Amino acid sequence: MELLKAESVDKKFINHIALDNVNVSIPENSIYGLLGPNGAGKTTLIRIINRITAPDKGKILLRGKALLAEDVQKIGYLPEERGLYRKMKVGEQALYLAQLKGLSKRDALTRLKYWFEKFEIQPWWDKKVEELSKGMAQKVQFITTILHEPELLIFDEPFSGFDPINANMLKEEILELKRKGATIIFSTHNMGSVEELCDHITLINKSKNILEGQIDDIRQEYKSNVYEVSFNGEMEKLEKSLNQHYEIIDKTKSNGNHAVRIKLLHQTNENELLSLIIPSVEILSFHEVIPSMNDIFIKVVNEHKSN
Amino acid sequence: MNKIKLIISREYLTRVKKKSFLVMTILGPILFAAMMVVPAWLASMEDTEIKHIAVVDSSGIFMNKIPDTDYIKFKYLENTSVKQVRKNFAASDYYAVLQILPSITYEPSAVHLYSKKQPSFSVKSHIASSMEKELKNRKLRAHGIDDEVLKSIKSDVDIRTIQWTDDGGIKESSTEVAMVVGYISGFLIYFFIFLFGAQVMRGVIEEKTNRIVEIIISSAKPFQLMMGKIIGIALVGLTQFILWIVLTTAIIAGAKTAFFPELGTKNAQEVVVQDLFEQQNNMAQVEQLQPQDMDKITSIFNSIKSIDFGVMFGSFIFFFLGGYLLYGSLFAAIGSAVDNETDTQQFMLPITIPLILGIFVMMNVVQNPESPIAFWFSIIPLTSPIVMMVRIPFGVPYWEIALSMALLVLTFIGSVWMAGKIYRTGILMYGKKVNYKELWKWLKYKS
Repeated sequence: MELLKAESVDKKFINHIALDNVNVSIPENSIYGLLGPNGAGKTTLIRIINRITAPDKGKILLRGKALLAEDVQKIGYLPEERGLYRKMKVGEQALYLAQLKGLSKRDALTRLKYWFEKFEIQPWWDKKVEELSKGMAQKVQFITTILHEPELLIFDEPFSGFDPINANMLKEEILELKRKGATIIFSTHNMGSVEELCDHITLINKSKNILEGQIDDIRQEYKSNVYEVSFNGEMEKLEKSLNQHYEIIDKTKSNGNHAVRIKLLHQTNENELLSLIIPSVEILSFHEVIPSMNDIFIKVVNEHKSN
Repeated sequence: MNKIKLIISREYLTRVKKKSFLVMTILGPILFAAMMVVPAWLASMEDTEIKHIAVVDSSGIFMNKIPDTDYIKFKYLENTSVKQVRKNFAASDYYAVLQILPSITYEPSAVHLYSKKQPSFSVKSHIASSMEKELKNRKLRAHGIDDEVLKSIKSDVDIRTIQWTDDGGIKESSTEVAMVVGYISGFLIYFFIFLFGAQVMRGVIEEKTNRIVEIIISSAKPFQLMMGKIIGIALVGLTQFILWIVLTTAIIAGAKTAFFPELGTKNAQEVVVQDLFEQQNNMAQVEQLQPQDMDKITSIFNSIKSIDFGVMFGSFIFFFLGGYLLYGSLFAAIGSAVDNETDTQQFMLPITIPLILGIFVMMNVVQNPESPIAFWFSIIPLTSPIVMMVRIPFGVPYWEIALSMALLVLTFIGSVWMAGKIYRTGILMYGKKVNYKELWKWLKYKS
């Protein structure tokens, strides 16, 4: 069952079309990657979901019902361009933002205490934001985003500005939120973290979504019959054992072992390949190459461009 | 509704807690009080040293004719010349030497006052007025008017203005007092609109450059954020205003007991008015309070009482809020359209012009509060907060006030609505040079 659905959403600005008939459906309790090159329309879509801007056409449904103004309480949003009031104290500011999301002052205080302890930032409570480093401020922003325990969380480039240790902590928190039942929309350019975190993705390019689905399905779909063999022995022997149904696309050598990527062209399969090469070399490993999200991203965007 | 309250309280509290607010709150009244008390104090500190002035009158007209005052004594020297006096001047205790040449009857500049230091204004004006009077009397006598007639035609005119009220009563009024009260209220409104309107603008720009705005409008509507800010800052303005009034009164009361103990039980306002009155009349010399001065002061108090301070205060608050809301929303729209304060110039001009025009018209209105200019500028909403406040102390028909207020309310509703539309689009717009054409497009956006 999907938590949120965008149905044929259009949004036009003065000189360009930001979204053109975009359809997105976000399954409950999943991490949903919103991918796309810069300026593709991701932020516009996120703003529409947050009711910051309204679509020209189309509907946003939350659990099958039109999204209402009150529903913003159920959403937590960490924008890409984010900041805090510089002259305000950290604690006061967190309290203010939490209350704006509908928490009572008392609830907000207890929850903030919990999170400040968890992130070990209690000493910052009375500091002004301008005294914090960027990474520190990001932590505070993360806390204020999730404090009201929304069912839908939207993170736009959440890892920018974090060092690897804090980025990892953040990743753990995001996974923890998912375990607790939240649905997460995750917009990023970092394909590594997409593979790590996301269950579903959609790829938006030039205001259209051109690819949508479960990440594993997509990667399966985009594999191109390439196998990687690593072996002990001589490269020439292996090459000689192959016939015209195979094409070597990549050769590497490390620690005395060879690795080769072989594309199966047609009228053949991996078993036949194995039977051909087994007599010539000592095989160490054999597996199908599944394309990375990075490769898929580049491929799909380039194909879309040429169309 | 809850959210707008939250926003208002944040805007209010963060500003009121600032050090600059505290400084302004304390410095403001000190400056105001200083403006009012210091001239009076200086006047009362006028040196009580007795000045002797030697008169060398070669015209022979002014012998014993220039009257002594408490602090200026004249000594008429005969059979001597300025040259001789100068020789002994250092040894004498003369403050100055007055030389009158025979040609004084037809040549105004035939009088010279020699001294070591620049003679004081009061000395100079006393001599000039006494001599003018004497010359005039002489000329009248020469035309055959005798001293009896001269005495009998010497007359003073001090107009007391009394207004007939609608209920058949009378009240004493004073044009000078009305002018002063009008000026002060007009300037305060102008000052407050600029000061706090600019704060709205700066607040909006701050949120935009801090990039917190997107976080907030994912929780509250842009309109709530804008109105919350405008109202919060209005409350800051009112707080400041009330604190100023309270503190100024306290400081003046304190200063009064310190510097004017002779005024005894009279309240602080009286000192202020006395001082203002004297400035109005260009009378620098406050000696002891003469009986007729006291009379004048009582008359001023009567006329101060004649100004309906209930109406004044009420309309001040109304026109301040109305004018502030009108301009504050425009300031907010400007703030949302730019990325930093330096880009505001082109949009500030159209806002500044009507305000400054209001101040110019104000100068004219105090001279003639019933003129067509006064009427129209106190009705047109962009200038009415300033101009109407200047007119009210002179008495304005209620229907005019009502019309002006109604138009102001309509206009600020319109401007808030318009600003809301620009604001909504502007706060999310970065790195774009915005011009009027662009703003017009934003206005037409559907929400």
